[in-house]
Amino acid sequence: MPDKKTDAKTMHEETRQVELVIGKILRIGVITSAIVIMIGIIMYFINGGGGYTTGFPKRFVDIFSGIVAGKSYAVIMLGIFLLILTPVLRVVVSIYAFYKEHDNLYVIITTVVLIILIFAMLMGYRS
Amino acid sequence: MNSMLLLLVMGIAAGCLGAILGIGGGMIITPVLTIMMGLDIKYAIGASIISVIATSSGSTIAYLKDDMLNLRVAMFLEIATTVGAIMGALLVGVFSSTFLYILFGFFLLYSTYNMIRKLMDKKGESIYTGDDKIVAKLNLASTYYDKAEQKQVDYSMKNVPGGFIMMWAAGLASGLLGIGSGAFKVIAMDTIMKMPLKPSSATSNLMMGVTAAASATVYFFNGSIRPDIAGPLAIGVLIGALIGARVMQVLKPRIIRMIFVPIILYMGVQMVLKGFGVNF
Repeated sequence: MPDKKTDAKTMHEETRQVELVIGKILRIGVITSAIVIMIGIIMYFINGGGGYTTGFPKRFVDIFSGIVAGKSYAVIMLGIFLLILTPVLRVVVSIYAFYKEHDNLYVIITTVVLIILIFAMLMGYRS
Repeated sequence: MNSMLLLLVMGIAAGCLGAILGIGGGMIITPVLTIMMGLDIKYAIGASIISVIATSSGSTIAYLKDDMLNLRVAMFLEIATTVGAIMGALLVGVFSSTFLYILFGFFLLYSTYNMIRKLMDKKGESIYTGDDKIVAKLNLASTYYDKAEQKQVDYSMKNVPGGFIMMWAAGLASGLLGIGSGAFKVIAMDTIMKMPLKPSSATSNLMMGVTAAASATVYFFNGSIRPDIAGPLAIGVLIGALIGARVMQVLKPRIIRMIFVPIILYMGVQMVLKGFGVNF
């Protein structure tokens, strides 16, 4: 019979490995959004402005056409939107992590969180 | 250039403090932006919700790496917070916000009192290690390495339903009143569920980004997020959060609590006064 304590310890080790992978993926997400925002800020200083006479883009179509036109505000907005997505990424990767650990209860719990979150974000997008 | 630099510096400070305490820092950023920089409240709130996400994502990277946060507690309680936040958003206008401000304000003042009592306790920071049916069933007990005390701390918790309800209320408050709920999250874990302060703060950090993502979407598409404000602020906050998440680990839990007390006292007073119609 395996010792209960070492069992718990190896389980925690497994959790650690998975957590480190989540950490890596999250870091990529955060760094990507930070770099995009930084590029936008640098463009702002090079172009001497945001590229819009009034306001700034907030719809996807406007943001993408702004980026194509090299407008700094559009690039910053894209970076900010990517930043808003990083918590979603965190939840998605956690589902995978719990799945890897064969922890079905938490696969379900975290999936529920993801569904609620996506529902709330869609609600926000429509309002 | 100057104002962007100012935003960057303010972001670093807010991100650092937020990462240490597990709070979003909105109650610092919003007044500074509106009062000192004369920004419209709409854009100030938009910028502060982005800093909540930046604090959360920046610090979570470090806390995951150092095994400081409790992913199971976070995800389990996140159900309560997100459901609360959606209900809050749907119920705007149904409840009197006056009453809610006063209610949550007094709750913060009561928590301040509780925390001071804990600081006065001669036994110091006690770690709860008892058994609990729900904790065992949900596999919530965990362990973290305390760099300040140079020891591995195994911990359990109790009163999970109480914490769950508190998290739901925190979500409700953030949905209804548009306030961050980091402080309530820390209180739910630390005071109600008896989790140690450091993992409570780290776990709150992870959670508040997920909770804020939904409302950030609203603000993003209704044009409350100004790129020239939120952009430099976000970069500052990310840098600050990375620093804060390092600093927090070498601080003694008692010190973190000492920083926490005046902040929730300030927030409590601010909310009660807001309930009575005084804004600052």
